[in-house]
Amino acid sequence: MKPAPALADGFPDLSGMQIAREPHWFRWFSAALILLVLTAIARAFANGQIEWSYVSRFLTAKVILEGIVNTMVMAVLAMALGIVLGIVVAVMRLSPNPVLKTVAAGYTWLFRGTPLILQLLLWFNLALVFPTIGIPGLWSVRAVDVMTPFLAALLGLGINQGAYTSEVMRAGMLSVDIGQYEAAQAIGMGRLRALRRIVLPQAMRVVIPPLGNEFIGMVKATSLASVIQYPELLHNAENIYYANSRVIELLIVAGLWYLLVVSILTPLQMLLERRFARGTLRLAR
Amino acid sequence: MTRPLVAIRSVAKNFGEFQALKNVSLDVWPGEVMCLIGASGSGKTTLLRCINQLATIDAGGIWLDGELLGVREQGGKLHRLSEREIGRQRLKTGMVFQRFNLFPHKTALENITEGPTQVQWRKPDEVRAEAIELLRRVGLAAKANSYPAQLSGGQQQRVAIARALAMKPMLMLFDEPTSALDPELVGEVLAVMKELARTGMTMMVVTHELGFAREVADRVVYMDQGAIVEQGRASDVLGAPREQRTRAFLSAVI
Repeated sequence: MKPAPALADGFPDLSGMQIAREPHWFRWFSAALILLVLTAIARAFANGQIEWSYVSRFLTAKVILEGIVNTMVMAVLAMALGIVLGIVVAVMRLSPNPVLKTVAAGYTWLFRGTPLILQLLLWFNLALVFPTIGIPGLWSVRAVDVMTPFLAALLGLGINQGAYTSEVMRAGMLSVDIGQYEAAQAIGMGRLRALRRIVLPQAMRVVIPPLGNEFIGMVKATSLASVIQYPELLHNAENIYYANSRVIELLIVAGLWYLLVVSILTPLQMLLERRFARGTLRLAR
Repeated sequence: MTRPLVAIRSVAKNFGEFQALKNVSLDVWPGEVMCLIGASGSGKTTLLRCINQLATIDAGGIWLDGELLGVREQGGKLHRLSEREIGRQRLKTGMVFQRFNLFPHKTALENITEGPTQVQWRKPDEVRAEAIELLRRVGLAAKANSYPAQLSGGQQQRVAIARALAMKPMLMLFDEPTSALDPELVGEVLAVMKELARTGMTMMVVTHELGFAREVADRVVYMDQGAIVEQGRASDVLGAPREQRTRAFLSAVI
């Protein structure tokens, strides 16, 4: 290779030269290795004792589709309950009132401190504790009639989610500068109005990524409601394999559906983030 | 006889062990422009925050437009006012912060209309027209739909002044309004404040801008260690201070 022509003052003339593309041999090698391993795994599954025809047949079976609808309905409703509870509890936690503060801390402690599946079983079996619910002498119903799998799952998942969401919300509110509260107060706003109009909208930007995380967790946590007979995706898949013994095939069917739902949720989260990023530099420019 | 718009009587404020205000008494007269000067920690910002009740006083009383702030006397005791009543009292004062504190998720125009529409429940159309007029007054008519992040510090502070004015306060409080600004942006904010002073607005300005104080202030108050050391006409306090501590402060900052 001939050396670059020198300039008058002896330094090489670099004008017009391009930055060379490096070959990155190791990247090619490692990618090939990973492909090889994946192929081996795929081959093993293809040759294993899995009847793939069952997977494709049950992927769109009516019971499975009903299951995924029930899963999504439950995830959305329980998450909505969780967010409402979470905001209320976070606001209570940050209030100057010691009673509200203690109640909020106690709620978080209780529902984060016990396993979700245990809470679901407790709600579902509430009739063992209170055979009838109501106002004595005025109105009452049998608990077994009221506490359906749907209601037990909704209460169990939603109230548990509220405990986690309250901490996410509290973190979001704490991330908003104290000057924002003061500016809101200075134009005559009370605490709650300042929270609703000024602080929460700014906190949303911060809490959406962790809330997206929580919602994805919720979609999968609904599968725990299978233990209390709520007909969600996993429960329905189990019912099928109890009948036809195609255990792995139906678990794969359920797994594929969960993956699909979660894959759809990720871009939705990005849309929401953009909505709440109003006024931030990244969007403004 | 006119009465003072703000009457501060024997006010004390402590932060734990630290005495931020010690037995401060002061009158502010309608239409007066008062500049509060002093080293940091001298209590001038705290005094301002006590007037719009971002800080609560520990002793003494502050009357704004003849109304006792923050507490109500009943049966020989003082009872704190409810949040709603304090909010109502705050509407008489407008506050401009050192760090602007504009709402970042709202445009300049929305920052200004937020208070009148959400707190005073006035008609949105009317408020909007007034807000546009206020933006024009602070020289930012073209920036109505910009977000704070798209504005320079000086522009943000001018929007913040317009936001405070939109509530139609009888008293404007400025807490070091130019301290967070780049030097070349200070002038535009001071110009807006001078213009405001010219219209007869009563103003209390905590500032380090002695030039502004000399030019605009009717009265300059020098504070040190939570107490008022000296006050008087700007030319007297700044030009011929009587107290040794005032002289020391002035020679240190000039």
